[in-house]
Amino acid sequence: MNYVALRMLTGDRAKYLSLIFAIAFSTFLLENQSSIFAGIMKRTTSQILDVTDADVWVMDKKTLYIDEVKALTENDLYRVRGVPGVLWAVRLFKGQPRAKAADGTFRVVVMMGVDDASLVGAPSRDKMILGSVEDLRQPDSVIIDRAGYKFLFPGQPLDLGRTLELNDHLVRIVGIAEASAPFATFPVMFSRYSQAIKFVGRERDQLSFVLVKPQPGIPVRDLCDRIEKYTDLRAVSGRAFAWQTVFYYVKNTGIPVNFGITIGIALIVGAVVAGQTFYIFTIENLKQFGALKAIGVTNGSIVGMILLQALTVAAIGYSIGSGIAGVFFSITLHNDPTRGLVLLWQNMAGVAVAIFFVVFLASLLSVRRVLTLEPAVVFRG
Amino acid sequence: MSFAAECRAVEKDFGSGETRIRALRSVDLEIPFGELTMLVGPSGCGKTTLLSVIAGVLNATGGEVQVLGERIDSLAGDRLVQFRRKNLGFVFQQFNLLPALTAAENAAIPLLAAGLPRKSSVDRAAQLLAELGMEDRVDAYPAQLSGGQQQRVAFARALVHEPRLLVCDEPTSALDAETGHQVMELLASHAVRPGRATIVVTHDNRVFQFADRIARMEDGRITGVTVNRMSGANASPTGHSHQENEQVNL
Ligand SMILES: Nc1ncnc2c1ncn2[C@@H]1O[C@H](COP(=O)(O)OP(=O)(O)OP(=O)(O)O)[C@@H](O)[C@H]1O
Ligand SMILES: [Mg+2]
Repeated sequence: MNYVALRMLTGDRAKYLSLIFAIAFSTFLLENQSSIFAGIMKRTTSQILDVTDADVWVMDKKTLYIDEVKALTENDLYRVRGVPGVLWAVRLFKGQPRAKAADGTFRVVVMMGVDDASLVGAPSRDKMILGSVEDLRQPDSVIIDRAGYKFLFPGQPLDLGRTLELNDHLVRIVGIAEASAPFATFPVMFSRYSQAIKFVGRERDQLSFVLVKPQPGIPVRDLCDRIEKYTDLRAVSGRAFAWQTVFYYVKNTGIPVNFGITIGIALIVGAVVAGQTFYIFTIENLKQFGALKAIGVTNGSIVGMILLQALTVAAIGYSIGSGIAGVFFSITLHNDPTRGLVLLWQNMAGVAVAIFFVVFLASLLSVRRVLTLEPAVVFRG
Repeated sequence: MSFAAECRAVEKDFGSGETRIRALRSVDLEIPFGELTMLVGPSGCGKTTLLSVIAGVLNATGGEVQVLGERIDSLAGDRLVQFRRKNLGFVFQQFNLLPALTAAENAAIPLLAAGLPRKSSVDRAAQLLAELGMEDRVDAYPAQLSGGQQQRVAFARALVHEPRLLVCDEPTSALDAETGHQVMELLASHAVRPGRATIVVTHDNRVFQFADRIARMEDGRITGVTVNRMSGANASPTGHSHQENEQVNL
C-alpha cells in the first residue's frame, strides 16, 4: 500500500507542491537564521580563537568577555610567571584605536598588541598573505587583515608599505594576513605590545591579558586552577574564554531574541502551513481512506500510509530547503562582510530534527482523524 | 442448507434516549449462495444500515449476524478488517475510486492490501477489466472515465480477489437508466456465481428484474421476500412484465 500512499500524495499536485514549498521554506529559514546566529556568535570569539600558540588566558576576575577588559598590572604578569608549571607567560593588549587612510577613509580597528619579544598572539605563518610576522619588529609597523585592508584601501591591490594614521601615529603596513572576522567586522591589526599601547594613547594600565603556555605534561585545566589559586586572577583555556564571551553576548544583547523570533516564526509557519495543508489533504481523501478501510486495509497500514506521505514531503522539502541554504551560504562565504558565516552541519541536523518532528506532529492530527473514521461512512451519499 | 449470510433478530439503534433512531428492528434474513439478493424499500427504511451490518462495517446493537459461517458481530479490530479483505467485495454508490490511481491500479487495491506484489496485482486487475469490456481503458484515471466506466472499475475492484460475498449499495443510482441497466447486466453475468452471494441495495425498480430474490424493507423491518424466477441473464432486457414472482412466507 506504500505505492498507493505515494500516488495519492503526488496525485494532488497543487497540495503536494505547496506542502513541499512550506517545508522547504521553513527549512531554509531555520538553517539560514540559526547558522547566521551561530556564525555571529562565533565571530565574537574570533580574536580568541585566532591565538593558537598559547593555551591559557589570564584576566582580571571582572573581565566577562573579550571586548570589555579590566586591565591587569605588570605585577600580575610577574605573579603568573611565578606559578609552577608555567612555561612562559606574555602580555597581550587589545584595544580599538581609529585608523585613517591617506584619502581620509577611517574606521575603528581592533588592535592586538602582541609580546615584543616572542610575538605570541600574532597571526600564524599560514595566515600570512604578504610579508612576515618578524617584520613587526620594525618601528611603527603593523600587520592588517585582508578584509580591513580592502576597506581602508578600496579597489587597491594588496601591497606592503602603505601608511595609515592610528590616533595620529603614523604606521606602516608590513604584513597582510587572513584573520577571522570580528563581531563588528572592524579591520584587525597586529603590532608589538609596546607600540600598540602608544597608538591607543594611554600607556598605563593597558595589559589586557596574559597568555600562558603550560610546561609539557601539565594539563591546561590544572594549570588554570593553579594560576587562580596563586594569583586571584581568572585563568581559562582559549575555548572556555570563547564560550564565556558567547554567553555574555547571548545573555546581554538582543541578538538571541532577534534570531529566536525569526526561528520561532519559521517553525510556526512551517508547522501551521505544512500541518494544515497535510490535514486538509487527509480530510479531502477521507472518503478514499474510508473506502480503503471498508475494503480491508487495517488501521496499522493506514497509519503507515499517512506517515509515509508525511515523511516523503518532509524529506523532499528539507532537501530543497537545505539546498537553497547551501547555495545562500556558498555565496555569502565569499563576501567580506559575511565571511565566516557558514551552514553548519550541527544546524542542519538540528533543523532536520525540528522539521521531521513538526511534520510528524502535523500528521498525527490526520492519523487521528482517519483512525476514528467509521468505515460505514462509505455507504453514505 | 447453509447461507452466505444469516441475520437473527438484528437490531440497530443510532443515538440513545430521546433522539434514539431504531434503524433495524428484529431483522431476520437469509442470503443464499449463488443468487443475487436485492434489498429494496423506501428511503430511510434501513437498507444501507442492514447492508453495513452484514458487511461488517457497522456493529449491530443486538441479534446475531453470521457471515460465511463466522459470527461477524463477535469479530473486531484487525481480525474483522482481514475478514472483510478476504471475503467481501464492496461496490459503492459513489464509486469511491482513488483519483490518483489508474483504473487497473484502483481495481487491484484488494490484492495490494493483501500484500501481493504490485505488478501481478495490477495485471490481474487489468485482465478482469478487459473481461468487463474495459480493455482499452485500464490505464485511464477515474476523471477520464464515464460514470458507467467508473462503476465497472469499482466492480473489478470488488471482484478481483474473488470474494464469497459481494455487497453493493445503490450501484446504479449515480448512473443514467441505460448505463445502469448495462452495469446490472454485467453484475448479473459476472458476479453471480455458485459459491458467491451477491446483495444489491437499490430503490431503482427498473433493475429489479436482475434479482433472484427480493427482500422488501419498511421502517427497519423485512416485510417480505420474493423469489424471482425470471431473473439475471435470463431476464428479457426490456420487460418487467415477464416476471413471475413467488411470495415466500410473511
Ligand atoms: N450514522 C447514523 N446516525 C444516525 N442515524 C442514522 C445513521 N445512519 C442511518 N441513520 C438513520 O437510520 C435510518 C435508516 O437509514 P439507512 O441509511 O439505512 O436508510 P436507507 O434505506 O439506506 O435509505 P436510502 O434509500 O435513502 O439510502 C434512517 O432514519 C437514518 O436517518
Ligand atoms: Mg441507503
